[in-house]
Amino acid sequence: MVKMESSTLSFFKNPTIIIFLIILFLLPHFTQNIHFHHVLIMFLLYATLSQAWNFIGGFTGLVSFGHATFFGIGAYAALVLLKKFGLTPWVGMLIGGGLAALLAFLIGYPVLRLKGHYFAISTFAIAEIMERLFLNWKYVEGAIGLPAPVLEENFLNFMWYKNKLPYFYIVFIFFLVVLLLAYKINRSRLGYYFRAIKQSIDAAEGLGIDTAKCKMVAFILSAFLTSLCGSFYAQYILYIDPPSVLSLDISIKIVLVTVLGGAGTVIGPILGSAILIPLSEYSRILLGGTGKGIDLIVFGALILLISVWQPQGLVGLFRQGRK
Amino acid sequence: MDLNIILQILLSGLLMGLIFALIAVGLTLIWGVMDILNFAHGEFLMLAMFLSFWMFSLWQIDPLWSLPLTVIALMAVGWLTYRLIIKKVLHAPGLTALLATFGLSILIKNLAQFFWTPDFRHIQGAILSDKTLEIFSLNFNLAEIVAALGSALITYLIYYLIFKTKTGRAIRATSLDRDTARLMGIDIERIFSLTFMLGGGCVGVAGALLINFYYVFPNVGSLFGILAFVTVALGGFGNITGAFLAGIIIGMVETAGGVFVAPVFKYTVVFVMYLIVIMIRPKGLFGW
Amino acid sequence: MEILKVENLTMKFGSLAAVDNVSMAVKEGEIVGLIGPNGAGKTTFFNCLTGYLQPYKGSIFFKEKEITGLRPNQICRLGLARTFQVVQVFKEMTTWENVLVGAFCRTRDVRQAYAQTIEVLKFTGLADKKDQLVGNLTIADQKRLEISKALATKPKLLMLDEAMAGLNATETKEAIELIKKIRAQGITLIIVEHVMEVIMSISDRVIVFDSGRKIAEDVPAKIVQNPRVIEAYLGVSFHA
Repeated sequence: MVKMESSTLSFFKNPTIIIFLIILFLLPHFTQNIHFHHVLIMFLLYATLSQAWNFIGGFTGLVSFGHATFFGIGAYAALVLLKKFGLTPWVGMLIGGGLAALLAFLIGYPVLRLKGHYFAISTFAIAEIMERLFLNWKYVEGAIGLPAPVLEENFLNFMWYKNKLPYFYIVFIFFLVVLLLAYKINRSRLGYYFRAIKQSIDAAEGLGIDTAKCKMVAFILSAFLTSLCGSFYAQYILYIDPPSVLSLDISIKIVLVTVLGGAGTVIGPILGSAILIPLSEYSRILLGGTGKGIDLIVFGALILLISVWQPQGLVGLFRQGRK
Repeated sequence: MDLNIILQILLSGLLMGLIFALIAVGLTLIWGVMDILNFAHGEFLMLAMFLSFWMFSLWQIDPLWSLPLTVIALMAVGWLTYRLIIKKVLHAPGLTALLATFGLSILIKNLAQFFWTPDFRHIQGAILSDKTLEIFSLNFNLAEIVAALGSALITYLIYYLIFKTKTGRAIRATSLDRDTARLMGIDIERIFSLTFMLGGGCVGVAGALLINFYYVFPNVGSLFGILAFVTVALGGFGNITGAFLAGIIIGMVETAGGVFVAPVFKYTVVFVMYLIVIMIRPKGLFGW
Repeated sequence: MEILKVENLTMKFGSLAAVDNVSMAVKEGEIVGLIGPNGAGKTTFFNCLTGYLQPYKGSIFFKEKEITGLRPNQICRLGLARTFQVVQVFKEMTTWENVLVGAFCRTRDVRQAYAQTIEVLKFTGLADKKDQLVGNLTIADQKRLEISKALATKPKLLMLDEAMAGLNATETKEAIELIKKIRAQGITLIIVEHVMEVIMSISDRVIVFDSGRKIAEDVPAKIVQNPRVIEAYLGVSFHA
């Protein structure tokens, strides 16, 4: 019998989840290793980014290869507003989110009605255009990049220098909020509508779903959340340039994390991020220094192997386990 | 604006465009038949270029003569890719194939960087190197002209194969309706292998011709790969004629964009053009 | 009341008129059968009525309001639902989830929608299979699911596109019973079918299409005697 509880709190009743979250929260306190803290933060960031992408890419089935656009807008908005106007990044983040949502609306209007692959290439084209524009935009220092201003480290300035823990707490909250949002939407009418659109858009239309509006909602929501992550990242890394926040690599990494974990599931982003991010970060830390790209060789080989061995994504492992 | 300059731009664009077209034809063929976006297509091109380069550097075999070897090697690469990887992800959700070919592309790209360093390599002293041809007082790189003509020829051969031979008919049938084709006795496995081999062959030719005038380096595949995808989308996924014409258009737009807007923005212009076209024709210029 | 009225509907693909100047009306509570050879334009006609295609010319009125040019989702919400010839089920969802999507048309609340879903499933006889993945359902059940989805949107007019195709004799009888039950609920029906026994036994009126045109419209008994219909479709005189 299906428990049709829409209460979000029911999510917390699952003991495995509680334990997992508690352990996750306590992890960074066991060690002073900054690499470990960094990897943990990146894991949470990408789990959140992937969850955000999932709304449009996984559930609704419109694969976007250009989400770095929104990430970059968030990053630049927060940092530029802080640097040039002294505006606290918390507000800057919301403004960035608003800009990202606006952009999503403007480009979504013509682009969302395109079929699968054409949509994908369009998102990619837009992202490339944005990166190129930012590279040549003097106001944001173009290719030179934008370092964060040196300010007192505190919560309002969203800036800490030695200690990564505050960043961890913040991204942990982001992660939690977006996870709950995904869980809630998944079980709601909107979530069913997203999946209906992916599985049969004609049937969806015929059952009264305004598919154009739903796609737009998914896209805007996704853009907004991705942008917030970008703002966080800018404040964390304290230096941004177009290749670090607007590049195709970021867009693709988000897609990879989601697909690897299992697109269209709530747990997929967490799984995918848990595997790919430590892999990518640690191989860069341990092997990347040689400059020979060994870390990427391992990365590529593993993605290849996992996709061939487990075509459903890592989520497939769990599903098979249950049977 | 001097007519000569305009002509030079258009013709330069046409030459590169024909090469883009050949690369795109290989990609659109794979997509049309198997519904797979081969992310590693650009890396295959890079392999072809490196192969030709090494055969010349180490054994002094001119790229023109080693071309058949390169083509065969790339057809083998295509075949292997199909047998070892693609076959396993055909029945998986669409995104998995994407993941697989993407992993492959990262792997190949970085293996190339590991073994051959990121240095840019250039061939010198080959038959076609550094020769220009003058046509109506316009100067063209002979190697480019040969590459363009070679690409056009192979594209035509592929077209002929697909539309005028029995095997081609089998390929077309498979791309239209896999199950019916199987029921009619077509060996789908063979068609799929063949398609990947043809895709490999296309980039094999393109790579062997490009090396005569273009630098090769591990990341060269990314750029050509990206352009190939946009070309395929512009022409309409699965449409060979579309890919051919789209390639030419993109070649010309790229060159014109570089001259009239700014060299840094030449690809931006291509992307903007793509977006404009796709708004007007949501299935590409010739898609269906 | 004329729940559906179509005036001079024409749909062209290039220069081919798939639907050629068709006019017809359906009274509330009727069951209208729509027959004709393959390619006669029946599905195209359905697609125009339900907003999947924009007609080249003509007007469509539902419950006396013009709906020409509206999107399918708007038309569904007004009370006109349809099924598809090739069942368009949501493959990665269970039976009940498929119907739930339809139920959401009338309510946002998940609990309410679920209750509605169970009601519909009981009505169409799929309640015991509700947790099955649709891939595991038989063709007959999939067709019933297709109808269930549409019913969950609480339509006033339901259009069935070859809902009986591929069913054996028993399944066909069950389907006919279901249709009668649906009518008893006060839902008007337009049914496209090739199975003559079905059309003749349940339709109040039959409309015949051929090459995009309406060539006959009458009660079933008279239709089978209509020489034009016989020539175009039946082949030989059909004796009910």
